[in-house]
Amino acid sequence: MDIHEYQAKEILAGFGVPVPRGGLAYSPEQAAYRAREIGGHKWVVKAQVHTGGRGKAGGVRVCDSEHEVEDAANDMFGMRLITHQTGPQGKVVYRLYVEGAVAIRRELYLGLVLDRKSERVMVVASAAGGMEIEEIAERQPSSIIRSIVEPAVGMQGFQAREIAFGLGIEPELITQAVAVLLGCYKAFEECDATMVEINPLVITEDNHILALDAKMTFDDNALFRLPHIAELRDKSQEDPRETRAADRGLAYVGLDGNIGCIVNGAGLAMATMDMIKAAGGEPANFLDIGGGATPERVGKAFRLVVSDTNVEAILVNIFAGINRCDWVAEGIVQALEKHPLDVPVIVRLAGTNVEEGRKILARSGLPIIRANTLAEAAQRAVSAWRNTVRAKAS
Amino acid sequence: MSILLDRDTRFIVQGITGRIGHFHTAEMRQYGTNVVGGVTPGKGGSNIDGVPVFDTMKDAVEKTGATASVVFVPPPFAADAVMEAADSGIRLCVAITDGIPARDMIRVKRYMRRYRQEARMRLIGPNCAGLISPGKALAGIMPGHIYLQGHVGVVSRSGTLGYEAASQMKDAGIGVSTSVGIGGDPINGSSFRDILDLFEADAETHAVVMIGEIGGPQEAEAAEFIRDHMTKPVVAYVAGLSAPKGRRMGHAGAIISAFGESASEKVEILREVGATITASPSEIGTAVASVLKKAA
Repeated sequence: MDIHEYQAKEILAGFGVPVPRGGLAYSPEQAAYRAREIGGHKWVVKAQVHTGGRGKAGGVRVCDSEHEVEDAANDMFGMRLITHQTGPQGKVVYRLYVEGAVAIRRELYLGLVLDRKSERVMVVASAAGGMEIEEIAERQPSSIIRSIVEPAVGMQGFQAREIAFGLGIEPELITQAVAVLLGCYKAFEECDATMVEINPLVITEDNHILALDAKMTFDDNALFRLPHIAELRDKSQEDPRETRAADRGLAYVGLDGNIGCIVNGAGLAMATMDMIKAAGGEPANFLDIGGGATPERVGKAFRLVVSDTNVEAILVNIFAGINRCDWVAEGIVQALEKHPLDVPVIVRLAGTNVEEGRKILARSGLPIIRANTLAEAAQRAVSAWRNTVRAKAS
Repeated sequence: MSILLDRDTRFIVQGITGRIGHFHTAEMRQYGTNVVGGVTPGKGGSNIDGVPVFDTMKDAVEKTGATASVVFVPPPFAADAVMEAADSGIRLCVAITDGIPARDMIRVKRYMRRYRQEARMRLIGPNCAGLISPGKALAGIMPGHIYLQGHVGVVSRSGTLGYEAASQMKDAGIGVSTSVGIGGDPINGSSFRDILDLFEADAETHAVVMIGEIGGPQEAEAAEFIRDHMTKPVVAYVAGLSAPKGRRMGHAGAIISAFGESASEKVEILREVGATITASPSEIGTAVASVLKKAA
């Protein structure tokens, strides 16, 4: 799960990481009020959206007066921010964060990630801040410091000092830098984060170390024990299809194609998408309905997939292991009888009681296109989709 | 022979009194698995379908002589259960549970290292389908009847793709020595490399099917092992060619977040070390058949 910058800063500040003075605004008037509250003569108005690259997309504005703050806010509210990470649909701005501007002397990069190779938390830092880490890795790979934390004892002072000295931080600022590093690790650890990124971490003209931007991502599997994090979820930043799926306990990822997929098992779901692509089509979604594949779940899955108006054919691919194909077939028939669809449905069943399952589909009299293998299913789905498109065009 | 489990392996089911644990214990026993006990804290002294239930793993191991366990404990308590198994002298632990926090798995892996290599428990999973040595024993949630007994090892992150491979092979008359689900989590007990190592050493396994997916470094590590140590043919499929970067595809670990983690990069790495790549998951069975023919 992702959260907003202002939320990440609030969490990090709670762990002793200094951040600029700032306030949240839901309206231009409130933004101007926040600027007055913060004081000073220069402010930064930042769109709160779940994506990187906000600056380039017009989501960050530096302002010299309360008036300018209000104007900037006026422009930004409701704006659809399109960055290289959001895709063409972008993310809508509903919240702004107003911060007092700081005079920057140096910009650094600091990230903490779950490193799958060492199976531990890894700190990634670089003296080349302000760029994205991918860009740093490409342009100045030698500037990157990597340090792995021993999970039994957590990050130690010496380790934080090594990183800080490695970044070229002056001796008189080392204590501040160590506090930032230890705070970030503690926040990562105690909040079940999978990523903490401060880019840039800045040293100001008056020698303060501050997190100028902050990003945190959390382990979905741990949200059950983190109610204070779980409540930070902002559905306005999610694909509405995915929100609907998550609320129904289904693993769904919306994509840009036209062939909807209903599959049991994440691996098989990915493989099904691959097969559709290989057959010349584009999948509209990833959807794993889980091992159970009860009639109720199948029904929910159909409704979810067709709620995407781009869907012009649906491929159901179920490998019945512990459950039985006849039961899955009953579920499909029930779902389609209850909510008839105007797009072609292709069904491939395999595994336990597959013959009975196929018979049930055939007997139902529903216009279901049947397939025996995965390859056949993908080909039939793509050709059924082409026929739909052709019929629509004529 | 087969790897990891056979008819005689003595299993404890952790979480045996839960709905899922109870159901799969019955399936496993019906298949021939030697389930000698179960553990549910607070339910010790009772029995479930004639299987004695214990309060602690130590007690269960002492009374039954079990050497292996299967974990069906719910996610909030699963890591604790795995560590309890490690401390009880169990040698093989198969964790089926899906949804264990990554931080808990970091702890589990760190905890297991307190035992010397020779005394360290082997963990399979979590978030996996388990293990099956067809015709011998099943420790997990696989449908036993789709497997034919034979000489091809299967190792897969995904459960259903492992089934897909086994059933295609059965249709082609090809059997499986052992099928191992290593699970879809970012931090897991055994990697592809660990299981390839076991298959390479197993006289009964003549070839291996490896089913990977996007995310993580384990396919690339496996490729190094194939290049340096495997003499047996490997057929590989990697799921997720059409998966976009940065999106989690169902499994907690199925996300492309670094260089080398996409399906096409993994396929390339595996092809370079001589694995037979099947571009389509529909052709795993035929690819294995032709590899076996060539080897014969």
